Amino acid sequence: MKRKNWYLTIGVILTALMLLYIAVGFFWTPYVPSAMSAADREAKPSLRHLFGCDSMGRDVFSRTLEGAGSTLTIALAVLAVGAVCGLAVGALCGYYGGPVDALVMRLCDAIAAFPSVLLALVVLAVTGPGKYNVIGALGVLFVPSFARLVRGEFLKYRDRDFVRSARLMGVSGLRIIFVHILPNTWPVLLSGLTIGFNNAVLAEASMSYLGIGVTPTEPSLGYMLKDAQGYLFTLPWCAVFPAAVVILLILGVGLVGEGVRERMGAVS
Amino acid sequence: MGKALLKRAGLLVGTLLLVSVLAFAAFSVIPGDPTTSVLGAEATREEIAAFRAQHGLDLPVWQRYWSWLAAFVTGDFGRSFKFDMPVSELVATRAQVTLVMAALSFALIVAISLPLGLISARRRGGVVDRLVTVLAQVTMSVPNFIMGIGLMFLFALVLKWFRPEYVPLEDGLGAHLRFMVFPALAVALPKSAMTVKLLRGSILGELGQDYIRTAYSKGNSQSSALRRHVLRNAMIPVVTFLAMAVGDIMAGSIVVEQVFTIPGLGRLLITEIGHRDYPVVQAIVVLLAAVVVGCNFLADLLYRVMDPRIAER
Repeated sequence: MKRKNWYLTIGVILTALMLLYIAVGFFWTPYVPSAMSAADREAKPSLRHLFGCDSMGRDVFSRTLEGAGSTLTIALAVLAVGAVCGLAVGALCGYYGGPVDALVMRLCDAIAAFPSVLLALVVLAVTGPGKYNVIGALGVLFVPSFARLVRGEFLKYRDRDFVRSARLMGVSGLRIIFVHILPNTWPVLLSGLTIGFNNAVLAEASMSYLGIGVTPTEPSLGYMLKDAQGYLFTLPWCAVFPAAVVILLILGVGLVGEGVRERMGAVS
Repeated sequence: MGKALLKRAGLLVGTLLLVSVLAFAAFSVIPGDPTTSVLGAEATREEIAAFRAQHGLDLPVWQRYWSWLAAFVTGDFGRSFKFDMPVSELVATRAQVTLVMAALSFALIVAISLPLGLISARRRGGVVDRLVTVLAQVTMSVPNFIMGIGLMFLFALVLKWFRPEYVPLEDGLGAHLRFMVFPALAVALPKSAMTVKLLRGSILGELGQDYIRTAYSKGNSQSSALRRHVLRNAMIPVVTFLAMAVGDIMAGSIVVEQVFTIPGLGRLLITEIGHRDYPVVQAIVVLLAAVVVGCNFLADLLYRVMDPRIAER
């Protein structure tokens, strides 16, 4: 009897909707996001301005579209940096082991022991704000968690019979890592990627909210929320919509990860 | 057990040293001297030289690191560039605020998640369980600063349960805590949701074990099996998770302090990063690291005490 995997179903639908929403924003926004219009200042949500306007007459719908696009880009870039480097480090350490492995893992433990938002703040204090600095700082900080995850998987597989027989047949170490072992780690990796993605979105939003993320001229949901806080009572829509976009994005991807884990549990 | 413990303690010290080196090096290698941002662009050459000599900026890096570290362990964190007062004084009052908030958040997490996790595991598939599971999944997805803005809106502006103005400890402990409970809740709610989920899963996992069947067959009722057998084992991952969560709670406090304009360590950190006041930033980073690494050490210790099988290995 196969139980329906609600997590995966709802998660995939929600994520797809959010991606569609963001994809639209890459090509089209109803207004220029930074354009101010004196006539529309503090306009309530209506058909003309779906999400209303902020205190400077900027269209909140256009700004959330653009901000969500920027958040998504940053999160994906962070994930790419963290996952690729983490994969390389974890695979090599897990497969070959030895003193280098022990040293690298200690270093990873030291970095991972620290909350990533805090570390990224310190890195950005040194490098200064900006989109690429955020990606670099968060990307590096995400390496340890992926490295540990991948290493664990490789430890599990490196002494399995199919790996041993491949080795006996003279297959090179790199080929074993990428062709024989890596495909097996895919489900674990996928669930790790969803967690990483959510952490990246969270970190990016928190950092721009604190004013130490992307520069204020770049679009960002965090900055929108920071601005909106001053008008919370009079212009609640300025806070509600960007907040909803962040929450739904994290919720959707989180549900997908949950669904993947549930499915793995059912298989093994 | 003694040997493993010694090894962990060694690691603890090593990690802290590593953090201190990183925190120090990060602010020593960067371009852009703090002197210009503190003294202003029109400072004369003599003023700059005097400032650099006063703060020891003219010495080589390793010498500065060594004297900084030697002073740091005795509680002398150096002098702030910006405020021209000892960092330890500057940090002490702010640390109290952040510590109260972190402790309150921790207490709230325990108070919220333990009963909910227990109830939903006991009545698995029931109305409460389903409601808790859905709510937990959604709450988990709310970043703590958005939760803070939401709480502010609901309780301060709509319901007017509190004024969105910081109440210091000097105004009385009760008033202080009555205000602090809202920011603490913003940190605690998302974390509680994760704890509920973990506890529920952990209890359900233990309930399927053979020793529980044995407990039932010996005539235990469900509640006594839960109380006497399941909980002791189910709590192990939860306790570890909670101890590890301290780092996130501290980080969360720092962000949420901005939402509620609370003058804690987080606000000091953010403003002093802007002022390039590195002695203050370094001190805060190392102190926070010490708390986080210390709690991780404690988590490891608790794990060994609660689950003797680990210690045997």
